Amino acid sequence: MEVENAIKDMTAKDSFLSHFDLLDFSFDEEFSLDARNEAKELIQWLDFPTSKTEYWKYTRVNKITKGNYKVAAPENEIEIDLSVPTKNCVVLINGYFSEELSFFVPQEGIEFSSLSDAKKSSNVLKEHFNSLVKKDEIFAVINSAYHQDGAFMHVAKNVQAEEPYYILNLVDDENVVSNPRNFIFVEQGANAKVVLKTISTANSGSFTNMVSEIIVDRNAHFEINKIQDEATDSFQIATEQVTQADDSTFKINTFTLNGAIVRNNLNIDSLGKNTMTYLNGLYPLKGKQHVDNHTYLLHREPNGESHELYKGILGDASTGVFNGKVFVHREAQKTNAFQSNANIVMTDTATINSKPELEIYADDVKCSHGSTTGQLDEEALFYLRARGLSKESARAVLVNAFASDVVDMIGVEAVKDEIEKYIDDNYQGIK
Amino acid sequence: MISIKNLHASIEGTEILRGLSLEVKAGEVHAIMGPNGSGKSTLASVLAGRDEYEVTEGSVDFLGNDLLDMEPEDRSRAGLFLAFQYPVEIPGVSNINFLKTAINEAREKRGEEPMAAKDFLARVKEKSKLVELDGKLANRSVNEGFSGGEKKRNEIFQMAMLEPKLSILDETDSGLDIDALRTVAFGVNQLKTTDNASIVITHYQRLLDYIVPDFVHVLYKGRIVKTGTKELALELEEKGYDWIIKDLEEVSA
Repeated sequence: MEVENAIKDMTAKDSFLSHFDLLDFSFDEEFSLDARNEAKELIQWLDFPTSKTEYWKYTRVNKITKGNYKVAAPENEIEIDLSVPTKNCVVLINGYFSEELSFFVPQEGIEFSSLSDAKKSSNVLKEHFNSLVKKDEIFAVINSAYHQDGAFMHVAKNVQAEEPYYILNLVDDENVVSNPRNFIFVEQGANAKVVLKTISTANSGSFTNMVSEIIVDRNAHFEINKIQDEATDSFQIATEQVTQADDSTFKINTFTLNGAIVRNNLNIDSLGKNTMTYLNGLYPLKGKQHVDNHTYLLHREPNGESHELYKGILGDASTGVFNGKVFVHREAQKTNAFQSNANIVMTDTATINSKPELEIYADDVKCSHGSTTGQLDEEALFYLRARGLSKESARAVLVNAFASDVVDMIGVEAVKDEIEKYIDDNYQGIK
Repeated sequence: MISIKNLHASIEGTEILRGLSLEVKAGEVHAIMGPNGSGKSTLASVLAGRDEYEVTEGSVDFLGNDLLDMEPEDRSRAGLFLAFQYPVEIPGVSNINFLKTAINEAREKRGEEPMAAKDFLARVKEKSKLVELDGKLANRSVNEGFSGGEKKRNEIFQMAMLEPKLSILDETDSGLDIDALRTVAFGVNQLKTTDNASIVITHYQRLLDYIVPDFVHVLYKGRIVKTGTKELALELEEKGYDWIIKDLEEVSA
């Protein structure tokens, strides 16, 4: 029996990996090829997670891994409005860099380019590439082995980015599998904001397996706003591997607006002294969407502070998963760690699995975690209606209010507008 | 203005209102008093359209509309206002923004243009002054962190903003100190015209020193059992309800 299962699993994995057989990585640099070979070696020992894998307990990956995918180089004509409020944008199509659609006017001290361009010239990349990715996470390792391209950003010491830098990942065909790979290094005292947006042009049945490595050096400030808005029948697994040096601030805001199955693995494996970390997420779900936010935060040094706020609005037959873990090391005294997950379940058929976790080994810390799940407040709804708001408006007002503390965390005005508009449009909002 | 006839209403199978009738005309102030459990708040809830209550018999005509057939928001837009006994705290919803939405939705329904921002703000300024509601409170989340008195003043402020035809004040005076009570009553009196009317539900005669009613009704076991003028309220304050109840029992015996 066990042998049979093993063979079956191997077949699923092999069949999935066979999609990448035809990829040509001859363009690649030696250090990157080494990373690919190491990853391919690792894959042999790894399997796709099953219902017995604790880390993946609430998310079945069968639908994702059994897709009949293709690796597709970009088409020329893109029928989508790519206008973004910035002078710097890396556009990726199906995991490939689009030279035509990307544009750059980086300020002095900021390198912003495709990953493959950076591989040729960046010493920072050469030194740190693939240094953060977990070796036992099969999807991240697959990305290391088979990524085509991605975005690269390097902010030099003390440089303050004057505007947000955009990374747009576009899926432009049906049944496309892609492994976009991003690398961001923010040097000491620097400050930058990035918007990472994943979209698709059509219903696609595609799978985007994205990995971003982010290094925030001493006293640096970095914010990333992630907007996941691919087609309704698409799949996405996004992994962010983050490390924060002393006195640095890192903020990530994750907005999951669309996609059939979306899984976010957010790992902040190393935090220096006196760090500030914000992890925020909003998932307004519809239809049969399944969205799984996994976060892991390791306070390794003293005086760190982390604030985690994830909010879900679950409609129709959607499913939300929140599993956030904060680990406070023995050495990490005076840590303040706050974790909160709140959900509104709008229907009888929507589901939420919420699991906030604290594991604390230091004795002088302030930590809290909490999870709430409920319906829209009926009393508040009646109060608003009794003052003349329609039922629809009253609902929208309450949903907006619920989401507002996450939306308020967004440091990029255009993103804030976009998310507010999304909520207004989708919950019959009012101005 | 409003004509309530033989109203029967129950909650979870228990009948609370048992044939209540009441007629209120424009320009009038009616006080409804009664012992605990007599159905005072149920009347307010049924008129405002709370759906936990089931109306089993009777009718309510409000300015020519079948009130019981209307959604809560349509009742409000038609000119009915309920000042809640327990105003709800709604974190994240701005007092001002939601009132603007309420006013403009009502205007839209009537086929009118939305209110100009300037006019709206002028009205906010004028009306918050009327009930001495701090400008900061007007801008905060609805009732969040407000004291009991501030919540009630906010109710009257909203009433002033919405300019209803008929206001129902559900125990607005409960829990208020005399200063807050005076302020609230002053606001209500200032809003009184010959075109509008109020139903003041209260437990205490004290309020009626400040909001002088044209009629006082005693509600008992879901029906109005006695109607008089403001002197009746004083008599109730002095003698309680027992004498009325006793009279009733003698009649039915």
